[in-house]
Amino acid sequence: MSRRIAVVSAGLSDPSSTRMLADKLVQAVFEALDDRGVEREARVFELRDVAHDITNNLLTGFAPKALAEMNDYVAKADALIAVTPIFSTSYSGLFKSWIDVLDRDAIEGTPVLLGATAGTARHSLAIDYAMRPLFTHLHAEPISTGVFAASSDWGAEADSVAPLQKRIDRAAGELADRLSGSSVPQKTDPFAPEAYLAGGSSFEDLLTKLPSRG
Amino acid sequence: MNDNTTWQGMQFGLMSVSDITRNPLTRETPSEAQRIRDVVTIAKHAEDAGLDVFAIGEHHNPPFFSSSPTTTLAYIAAQTERLLVSTSTTLITTNDPVRIAEDYAMLQHLSGGRMDLMMGRGNTGPVYPWFGKDIRQGLPLAIENYQLLHRLWREDVVDFEGKFRTALNGFTSTPRPLDDVAPFVWHGSIRTPEIAEQAAYYGDGFFANNIFWPKEHYQRLISLYRQRYAHYGHGTPEQAIVGLGGQAFMAKNSQDAIDQFRPFFNAAPVYGNGPSMEDFTEMTPLTVGSPQQVIDRYAAMRDYYGDYQRQLFLVDHAGLPLKMVLEQIDFLGQDVVPVLRRELQKNRPANVPDAPTHAALVKAKYGDKAPRQPRPNANRGDNVTGGSPYQDTESAFGSAANR
Repeated sequence: MSRRIAVVSAGLSDPSSTRMLADKLVQAVFEALDDRGVEREARVFELRDVAHDITNNLLTGFAPKALAEMNDYVAKADALIAVTPIFSTSYSGLFKSWIDVLDRDAIEGTPVLLGATAGTARHSLAIDYAMRPLFTHLHAEPISTGVFAASSDWGAEADSVAPLQKRIDRAAGELADRLSGSSVPQKTDPFAPEAYLAGGSSFEDLLTKLPSRG
Repeated sequence: MNDNTTWQGMQFGLMSVSDITRNPLTRETPSEAQRIRDVVTIAKHAEDAGLDVFAIGEHHNPPFFSSSPTTTLAYIAAQTERLLVSTSTTLITTNDPVRIAEDYAMLQHLSGGRMDLMMGRGNTGPVYPWFGKDIRQGLPLAIENYQLLHRLWREDVVDFEGKFRTALNGFTSTPRPLDDVAPFVWHGSIRTPEIAEQAAYYGDGFFANNIFWPKEHYQRLISLYRQRYAHYGHGTPEQAIVGLGGQAFMAKNSQDAIDQFRPFFNAAPVYGNGPSMEDFTEMTPLTVGSPQQVIDRYAAMRDYYGDYQRQLFLVDHAGLPLKMVLEQIDFLGQDVVPVLRRELQKNRPANVPDAPTHAALVKAKYGDKAPRQPRPNANRGDNVTGGSPYQDTESAFGSAANR
């Protein structure tokens, strides 16, 4: 069965270094999955394209069509690659607003490859102090290596000891391992009775053991 | 009065949120006194225009007034002859189910059975703590409270022990429901499969507010409810009882409707500064245009949700002045509903049940026999009646206990 990977880039310009990093990450993940004989497919989404939809969703409580389709793809995907620029020491406001309108259980158990870009490498820890707790809160499963690309990584001043591509390949390998193992999390349909009846088969199971979620 | 009340298969009516919103044109906010008087006028006008149902919400904070829906609805029922009064919604989470059982049984008696009610969990977070509840327990509260309410209307004497409410021993909810038939209950939900399951389990109705979200969203819940209704043996999926909300603003020609409604749309607390009215009407069932456009939009609802039993419209909101609200009701009564009744009756399979009424529930329970009319046993002198509260039931302790 083909693994579906949702790629979300919060870059604002076109072209953006955030999108460039997202493309490199998905390409590396594809190669790593090919090595492991795992079929794969991916869709790349730019939050810029749905920026107005995200604001409207915050104001009205529902996602317009394009955003709803994107969120649906993300919720059903086997993995997420999430890449944001770092603004004012954290993920961008648009990125967080998107997370805020995503169903709160949409990426529960989903392996996530975290990526971020900024002007200098001094912001590289933002992946670990800002992005990682956010995804942990959503009960997603961020893989251990996050990939940070500073402006210098794209040119002559790049880190030659641990170059960007090496970090990308390491993260891609970790994600590919997660997606090719036998314990790949199965996505459950929240509207399937066996899901919301907590393994029971009748509403009576909920009457005798009240659900834990509000 | 319109002569469009012949077909009972579907009920059409209004649902009010009870918001008190500034009119963006006059910049005036109605007083609570004014708005409460207006809502009675609106409900009476709904009956005069040939509509079947008036439902009102429950809120416990400004800018809403409807904290005590049974008071409002009993008054409306007393001033009307045919109109069915209902709620949209009654808070099953923060109200004591014993008080819901008592209040709505009273309303049922006083209205002569012209009532039903819709359960909801509410959308205002602080209401939970105001009534001593934890919002994180919203779903378990809805499940346990409704289970108790369901029993209180069906069993003369209830023993109950639960997680959220103090225990009951030998409790009788009074008055017993009219003709000893529990009021019909709808369960409203916009996102929770457990509530669709609950409605299906009890064989109750399921209502999708169908206002703010695209139709695909409600389709999923309604089709789940229909499947599970059949699963629990109440009938086929097509026989499940479905209600839908909706929203429209009309003028004789559509450009006038757009021009008249836009200032209200733009300033409305729920969608102001969000998507344009054009985008919003495309994405949601809100229809701003001619009566024919509203007919076309709502006649197509059954293509998505299946043949259904109740269609309610939100018309008194967003600061619309009373005069405009009454005009909207006239459009519904004269132009829209008669055509929808005709259209939705066409090709409706014979096995799809009619909209629920008290008379139909009495008939289903008793056939041609006379309904039970409980008469209490004598006060023993301590303001209780002993082990068996009613003359037509045996005491658990034998007849000696009733001396």
